[in-house]
Amino acid sequence: MRYLPLTTNDRSAMLATIGAASIDDLFADVPVDARLDGPIADLPLHASELAVERHMAALSRQNRAAADGPFFLGAGAYRHHVPASVDHLIQRGEFLTAYTPYQPEIAQGTLQMLFEFQSQVARLLGTDVANASMYDGSTACWEAIVMARRITKRGKALLSTGLHPHYRSVARTMAKYTGDVLVDGDPSLDAGTDWAALADSIDKETSCVVVQYPDILGRIDDMTALAAACQAAGALLIAVVTEPVALGLIKAPGEMGADIVVGEGQSIGVGLQFGGPYVGLFACKTKYVRQMPGRLCGETVDANGKRGFVLTLSTREQHIRREKATSNICTNSGLCALAFSIHMTLLGEAGLRQLAAINHGRAKQAAAELANIPGVSVLNNSYFNEFTLLLPTEARPVIHKLAERDILGGVSLGRLYPANADLANGVVVAVTETVTAADISAFAAALKEVLA
Amino acid sequence: MTALNPGGWRPEMIAAGGADDSTTFTGNRALMLEEALIFEIGSAETTGVDFDETAFAADLGPLARTAPIGLPGLSEAETVRHYTRLSRQNYAIDLGLFPLGSCTMKHNPRLNEKVARMPGFADAHPLQPQETVQGAYAVIHELAEWLITLTGMHSVAMSPKAGAHGELCGILCIKAALEARGEDRRVILVPESAHGTNPATAAFAGFAVEDIPATEAGRVNLAALKARLGPDVAGVMITNPNTCGLFERDMKAISDAVHAAGGYVYCDGANFNAIVGRVRPGDLGVDAMHINLHKTFSTPHGGGGPGSGPVVLSEALAPFAPLPFVTKHAEGFRLIEEESAGEDHPQTFGRMTAFHGQMGMFTRALTYILSHGADGLKQVAEDAVLNANYVLRSLEGVLDAPFATSGPCMHEALFSDKGLAEGFSTLDIAKGLIDEGYHPMTVYFPLVVHGAMLVEPTETESKAALDQFIGALRSIAMRAKNGDPALKSAPHFAPRARLDETAAARKPILAWNEPAAAPGTPAPSEIGGS
Repeated sequence: MRYLPLTTNDRSAMLATIGAASIDDLFADVPVDARLDGPIADLPLHASELAVERHMAALSRQNRAAADGPFFLGAGAYRHHVPASVDHLIQRGEFLTAYTPYQPEIAQGTLQMLFEFQSQVARLLGTDVANASMYDGSTACWEAIVMARRITKRGKALLSTGLHPHYRSVARTMAKYTGDVLVDGDPSLDAGTDWAALADSIDKETSCVVVQYPDILGRIDDMTALAAACQAAGALLIAVVTEPVALGLIKAPGEMGADIVVGEGQSIGVGLQFGGPYVGLFACKTKYVRQMPGRLCGETVDANGKRGFVLTLSTREQHIRREKATSNICTNSGLCALAFSIHMTLLGEAGLRQLAAINHGRAKQAAAELANIPGVSVLNNSYFNEFTLLLPTEARPVIHKLAERDILGGVSLGRLYPANADLANGVVVAVTETVTAADISAFAAALKEVLA
Repeated sequence: MTALNPGGWRPEMIAAGGADDSTTFTGNRALMLEEALIFEIGSAETTGVDFDETAFAADLGPLARTAPIGLPGLSEAETVRHYTRLSRQNYAIDLGLFPLGSCTMKHNPRLNEKVARMPGFADAHPLQPQETVQGAYAVIHELAEWLITLTGMHSVAMSPKAGAHGELCGILCIKAALEARGEDRRVILVPESAHGTNPATAAFAGFAVEDIPATEAGRVNLAALKARLGPDVAGVMITNPNTCGLFERDMKAISDAVHAAGGYVYCDGANFNAIVGRVRPGDLGVDAMHINLHKTFSTPHGGGGPGSGPVVLSEALAPFAPLPFVTKHAEGFRLIEEESAGEDHPQTFGRMTAFHGQMGMFTRALTYILSHGADGLKQVAEDAVLNANYVLRSLEGVLDAPFATSGPCMHEALFSDKGLAEGFSTLDIAKGLIDEGYHPMTVYFPLVVHGAMLVEPTETESKAALDQFIGALRSIAMRAKNGDPALKSAPHFAPRARLDETAAARKPILAWNEPAAAPGTPAPSEIGGS
């Protein structure tokens, strides 16, 4: 076995040191009828690197990779170009094979990176502070709702109908068991958001209002008035960002008064990876920091007065507070946070703004070309790099017919909201810098053909 | 000529060990390189990315982001150097033995990294039409089958994102099962020695948590557990092998008692590495157990994640498993989501996460499992346990081992601070290990042992590596017993000396701010850079 260094002689010598006659003696505490004598039957035995690689490559080839043709999927996971140096750097063994920086004297690399990540995320989202990452956007969203309950001591959360249906689904699952009250619903095919209506619904039991920006249909809106309404009623405004590249072009939620901003950081540095691992972003105003979930990295000095970084405010966390912790989260998404941070450093403010502008411009080109097809229209008045296309027919079969023509033409609302017939003709179409003019033309031509 | 050497320095003074502690101009010490923050070396104008086209005109009106964001950029050359320099301030498995108990810091095979980056896995979208991602579903299904077989359980929920998320999955299954039975049981029993995530998870799901005491021998007190069981107890969360490094001999009796009282058994599978391929938790009456793919199945720890925590379930809990999941049919694999759950899986407790879980970890874990096979995995458990017992027996004469007479340890060896000189603690031993070139063991956990030191060498350490580690730890233990004052200020050779954690918590600095630089921080102009 190529990964196991002990030799037969080593094992014998070690058993002698231990004073055990055989390896079985070391499993003496396992009840006899629960011990397996040999390898579990009917399972394959060890295999060479070549054989395993061959098997896995065959499975990989059974998937249509995004790069293999025109690709327009988004809905919470976006395909962006990730510079080669990102993947090289995250594979440095000192990052890849380290763990949570419990011993800060020999983990300053990870800690400084986390401090930089927290600072980048806070600035991008327009907030004071950010934590060292969560699992993903959907779980970060629920944690924000729980945090708002702790802060306001109220238990009713109003979810915008524009919130990603998976995020809403996660919140509904949890609320079923925690007793939180959620007010939610499916979106309707309006050009505008439901935020004004939400502001009117806030009452004395409302802990928070949760809005997504840009939302699941790609719409963007100003949340300043909603933030003011929340503040006036003693509720918190939680903003969810699933496409952080947008914030290179549009105002940050924190700038508009959001109290907690959470997000999915996947689109910067991480890649699609068929849904995970991703990186949850979690940021808030300074006054709420002691109610935050997850790990926080802070600046300090060492015994010689040199600047250094440590995990801090850990009295919020499960390993200290156990059942009184703010969350049960332990391992988060460190390596994806590193990828995010490296990509963001490569972009810098100038690069991020340019990337965002290209995304928006490409999306406008696509929207214009697709809306030219007879019977097809664009729902949105405003959008960043994703918009909702309305077809003259049910969208799900169209998506499959496009796939037969090797075009991955967005995510149908039927896939996202299978029970809602009113939404059946909608498709959310994402257009990033990876999409070419030829891709857009191919998509438009195929859609026209399928709809004909 | 003496003016050029006014101090009268002679080369032999180096050998004399005159501890030349003088600072260098840069603050660097040869290969030990200091690195400023990106906010100190970068600028808003600099970028390391070129684009093919110039910006389109934006027409977003008042929503346009006009104020500076404050994000520094670096060229690619500077970026590579920045992160490479940072990386060298980290300890890692690739550098040496990393005996962090409960974390299973084993070698991470590089084939796994290569496979995870194959385009069909790395560059596929989770919401692609199902006919275009059959290979991805096949990976999830194949890994699921392995996990079910290795644990002897009925089924597995693949979507939990990490161990603690897996715990939540198992606890929600229990809650849903109780609800289906129309019972309102509100208490989860957790041993004092449990990981902090266990009580935190139970509380996060709305349960009250009560401790179960341990015996003197370091195992669950079966009599006390039985005495507490009753109609208000939803279940227990037991770690097996436990955090004292011992196998819970009474596990089957515990399960039987809990089941007889109408409760469920959650097993924290963090320590599965000790028994993989040799013992099936399903044979011990377990109802739910998470498997940390980043521990037992070697997906990289990444400086704090991502993890992955699939949960194997008994037949009793399987109907309540979360969405989505993959099923196999004659025509191919199918993803069961909310849409068809009403028919296919009506009792599910719901969805725990967007999309389908940690695919990038599934590809790595499956690659690891296929590389080892059933025989290799059994050898993994045996070597992990052998290595831990070798450490335990080699050091029990010099460090207090509170459960040394409780039987063989499993894959980790537990020591305490008993017998150290007045004023010396577990922390000093940990920091001394840093100077010897090791990452310390897990310290001050489990809480049931005073000054606990939990050593998990893993199976990927050679005997020579273990012998050197044992020698180093023995030497440090002797220094702590003899009251060597130098140990109190260790580490001496790390990039930083002991850090002031109290100051960090008292006045938190959690993000970089231009005007509020900490005392002693050089201004950007003094550091240079672009």
